[in-house]
Amino acid sequence: MSPGSSHARHLAEAGRLANEIRLSVEQVSYAYSANPAQAPLFTLEATSFQARPGEIVAILGPNASGKSTLLKLIAGALAPLSGRILLNGFVTHSLTPRTRAQRIAVVQQESRLLFPARAWEFVLQGRHAHGRSLRFESEDDIIIAKNALAQVGAADLSDRWMDQISGGEKQRVILARALAQQPLLLLLDEPTLHLDIAAQIGLLDALRRLAAANRYTVVVVTHELNLAAEYADQVVLMQRGRCLRVGPPINIYQRELLEQVFQTPLTVELGSSGRPRVTVLAGTET
Amino acid sequence: MRPLTLRRLLLQCFALLVILFVVVVIAIKFGAVPVSLYALGRDLWNVLLHQRTNISSDYVLIIQNIRLPRILLGIMVGASLSVAGTSFQALLRNPLADPYVLGVSSGAGLGAILALIVEPHVTLSPVFAALLTPLGAFLGAAATVTVVYLLGRREGQIDSTTLLLGGVITASFISAIIMFLMSTLTGNLRGLSFWLMGDLSTPLQKSVYWFLGIGFLGASGAIYTTASDLNLLLAGEKEAMHLGVDVPRVRLVVYIAASLLTGLAVSVSGAIGYVGLIVPHVMRLIFGCLQPRLAEPLPLYSRTRWRVPLLRLMNSPSAP
Repeated sequence: MSPGSSHARHLAEAGRLANEIRLSVEQVSYAYSANPAQAPLFTLEATSFQARPGEIVAILGPNASGKSTLLKLIAGALAPLSGRILLNGFVTHSLTPRTRAQRIAVVQQESRLLFPARAWEFVLQGRHAHGRSLRFESEDDIIIAKNALAQVGAADLSDRWMDQISGGEKQRVILARALAQQPLLLLLDEPTLHLDIAAQIGLLDALRRLAAANRYTVVVVTHELNLAAEYADQVVLMQRGRCLRVGPPINIYQRELLEQVFQTPLTVELGSSGRPRVTVLAGTET
Repeated sequence: MRPLTLRRLLLQCFALLVILFVVVVIAIKFGAVPVSLYALGRDLWNVLLHQRTNISSDYVLIIQNIRLPRILLGIMVGASLSVAGTSFQALLRNPLADPYVLGVSSGAGLGAILALIVEPHVTLSPVFAALLTPLGAFLGAAATVTVVYLLGRREGQIDSTTLLLGGVITASFISAIIMFLMSTLTGNLRGLSFWLMGDLSTPLQKSVYWFLGIGFLGASGAIYTTASDLNLLLAGEKEAMHLGVDVPRVRLVVYIAASLLTGLAVSVSGAIGYVGLIVPHVMRLIFGCLQPRLAEPLPLYSRTRWRVPLLRLMNSPSAP
């Protein structure tokens, strides 16, 4: 075999791998400081992980562990101090807001509305990045918005006012708006907050279905250990600004590790689905 | 789902134009000297046909020289203030924001007064001299917006409440300066109280009308290009950014354009309050809140519809 053909094979191999990896977080760090002259109030130490299309990544950790900071860095809202984040080979932070919104959709904890809007108007906002600023919404935009509502099972909410629907319904409409952006990467910051258990499972079932069907890469910040274990393909475990472990839930969910991170006595068993299950031993401390 | 289409938008604008026309006719008709609709129609017809000899002297004296300019001015001032108010409300995410509440009107008033004080001391061609006051008003408005914006920031983010407080304080402070100038200055400065009360009856030079018209079209056009960005900004700057809005660019465009609009309006009419506050809300009640093109029908609607006839009725003994 000539050296040239070996080189070509290497290139092809590299290309295939690059196609496989959609999101690549490479040694990313960050520091918050109120005053540049003083020591930073919070630092995120170098963090790395990768995700493929259709994969759900859960970022877990106690409060103030840097989960939301990591999510903002991935979203491109913050510039990393060092390292880089690539989405299909592009550095997320250097994309224009418009291009970024075509590729990355962010679902935040709460979406405040100053003036009331109907659910369909809200979902159509997701089409903003795909249109020119003076253009009216096209038939396509409307079809996409309707589909997005249907995909999250909220087609019947279309004409309801956003401030007159329940928390669970609202969360689904917010997710629909993110779907209307037709992103490659879907970022969710504690999407199950304020939801009852049925709504939580409904939302995550929808997420898993959508990630598989539309080949989204999904990154979720959550406090729900068991839901993360059930639905995530990969878990990023954080503590005080450090990324402790990255891997499938079965490798991360170890009693000693979780007890040390969450400072709570707990047990870990294998559930019937083959995924780990955490039981917090509340009130057992003496 | 009933999204806004071009057809619906044009229909809405047409309806508003009809209302505007009716209001203009009412404003022309009523006053200290009543004008019959028949005479008005006949005179307008003659004006259109260029038959100068058939036009009554009533028409020339009252309508052409007094009422019509005032109505046109009211239309422009109202439109400017409403567009500025709408964009401030969206940008600052506060339904109370309006050029008057934020102190921008007072700032523009102060700028205009300072320009009037400077005017006798510099030699300018008449055209530029007439533009000096609008320019001063614009600079005053722009400076005030900058100050209020800086006051309203907390940790790099706009804080709505702080911003409104900053605006109210700035407005009072500037009013105090205007009061001080009023009490110390002598000479005829077109009646300085004009800047505090608002007035549409001052005769203006033709060049000012042109300046006003072009400035209005330019600034509203600039704001119009950001209309759908502004709708997303209502949900917050971060969220808007995630949805693809170039927040710093929109902020810059809207601040400059809205200051220009306020400056223009104040330079010709003084500080007329609350038009920019109320009209956007009335429009939202009628047309819905997240209208992607809210900025568009606004100028048509807002042309101080009730203000012109009301003011004229109130003023009727002194101004026919």
